[in-house]
Amino acid sequence: MSSISTPKAPSRARTFLRRALQSWQLYVLLLPALVWLFTFAYYPMYGLIIAFKDFRIRAGILASPWATPIFKYFEQFFSTSIAVNAITNTILLSLYQLIFSFWVPIVFALLLNQIRNSRMKKTVQTISYAPYFLSNVVLVSVIYVLFSANGVVNSLIVEGGGAVKLFTSQAQYFRPMYIGSTIYQTMGFNAIIYIAALTGISPEYYEAAMIDGASKLKRIWYIDIPLIMPTVILMLVLSIGNIMTVGYEKAYLMQSPANTTVSEIISTYVYKVGLQTAQYSFATAVGLFNSIVNFIILFLANLLSRKFADISIF
Amino acid sequence: MKKKEAVVMGQTFEARTKGDIVFDIFNHALMIIICLIIFYPLYYVVLASLTDPKIVNTGKLLFYPENLYLEGYAKALEFPSLTTGYVNTVKYTVMSVIVSLLATVPAAYTLSRHDLPGRKTLMFLFTFTMFFSGGIIPMFLTIRAVGIYNTSWALVLPAAVSVYNLIVCRSFFESSIPVELLEASRIDGSSDFGFFFRIALPLSSTIIAVMALFYATSMWNTFFNALMFLQDDSKMPLQVVLRNLVLSNQLSAGSSGAELAERQKVIDQLKYVIITMSALPLIMIYPFVQRYFVAGVTIGAVKG
Repeated sequence: MSSISTPKAPSRARTFLRRALQSWQLYVLLLPALVWLFTFAYYPMYGLIIAFKDFRIRAGILASPWATPIFKYFEQFFSTSIAVNAITNTILLSLYQLIFSFWVPIVFALLLNQIRNSRMKKTVQTISYAPYFLSNVVLVSVIYVLFSANGVVNSLIVEGGGAVKLFTSQAQYFRPMYIGSTIYQTMGFNAIIYIAALTGISPEYYEAAMIDGASKLKRIWYIDIPLIMPTVILMLVLSIGNIMTVGYEKAYLMQSPANTTVSEIISTYVYKVGLQTAQYSFATAVGLFNSIVNFIILFLANLLSRKFADISIF
Repeated sequence: MKKKEAVVMGQTFEARTKGDIVFDIFNHALMIIICLIIFYPLYYVVLASLTDPKIVNTGKLLFYPENLYLEGYAKALEFPSLTTGYVNTVKYTVMSVIVSLLATVPAAYTLSRHDLPGRKTLMFLFTFTMFFSGGIIPMFLTIRAVGIYNTSWALVLPAAVSVYNLIVCRSFFESSIPVELLEASRIDGSSDFGFFFRIALPLSSTIIAVMALFYATSMWNTFFNALMFLQDDSKMPLQVVLRNLVLSNQLSAGSSGAELAERQKVIDQLKYVIITMSALPLIMIYPFVQRYFVAGVTIGAVKG
């Protein structure tokens, strides 16, 4: 790529073309996916310009007039009281989620790896995947019936002498319920990658450690953890890179009139103002702001990990 | 049973310190507790769907179906939306698997070929969309512009390629179809088509199964796209129907005449029944197919 301006460039272009023509069959195999890519990934990106236009659905994207001033809808968003609230909620929810759920699959994988009975190991692992196959709707429904005022959880609390807690509607329970259910859903499945990394560790390390009389905990600390660290950092960068895209489907499903003060995140807000009240340009502006912040965070996280750990996702 | 295994295991393992033994006991106990925490809520919902609501409503823990009561299942079949939801979901899932396989597998093969001119640029164009997207509204407008709003294609086509799946599939081709095979078949005069269809594909049954399952699960569970891209109630998939019936409390509407208490009893149970009916197919199938999921994730991890 760096030699693109050398005098040989034209002939390079010609060889490229010749090679491309020879591989036409490969491009044909790629064609359906390319059509998908431009229709459902890049065309919507082009559609983002309606954030800077007064979009009218009849006129279409091109014919709609530019917004004056050009950042009208961004200014409109930041002038609402919802903006600060939605941004804070988004960041807090994903930050808490990262803090409370990121390490769980790692610890689970490390501990499961210490189970030597392969049948038990397999059984535990298989059970741990189960919630991953539940949809968000099923998961939230299960929470809803189990944690409702007259559900089994509250009955147990009352039996133990406590008072009924409104888990599914009160604002203070939204984040714990959200993050708890995320851990429930993803612990087993996210552990797969760490378990695979642990299985790849050469037994020689353990043999050497055992000769030195290292206990199991020491082996975890001095062998397992350092050796899976690259995987951990990679997953961490990816999680940080998704910090603003925290699962809106579940947040939307878990919303109740009483908890929107904490459960209204940017994406649920975009859905509501965009599709339920048809303020397309405004909602697109809000969504674009979210995407850009997210992309910057990912970029920075990747930069840090490349600098300090020599691991990069790009 | 499990405890016994733990002891047997202990004997087969050498060089354990006292601390290790404590650790093992603690660790095995923890694993069993984790399994119970994961498994019991689902088991409880299934039991509650089969048990007399009077007992369920006392809020005690259930361990087996006491007073078997199947009225809920009989009532559930009377909800036409539930049946259409089921039929729709099955239809969308089958369509999605076919379309997605046709789009993803050949593309993944092409991108696995290191001699493909423009490979890096193409890969970048795909990967970039994992980290940046148009978002909800532009997607909605695209669906309308393409003219597939409120049709099955509105769910199937946007999901035709998942870039993550594409990368997993590409990694599979890269690591399991040796270059020598391609060179040999070229000497025999085989074209790229010939190599892909006659040699690469027949060697790829595992990855095809993995892809089919990834796409099927995701379409079976799809909710938000249906909410955004479909309009008619008659087209809604199971997940939307489930949300309407259980979470939006639309159950209480419609049934009149019956005694109020009796009605409430059935409504309570209906929730458990509907959840069970929606989740059961996947929960029953997954133990048999989970190894493909593990294979998929592990293949994907090789090349990140």
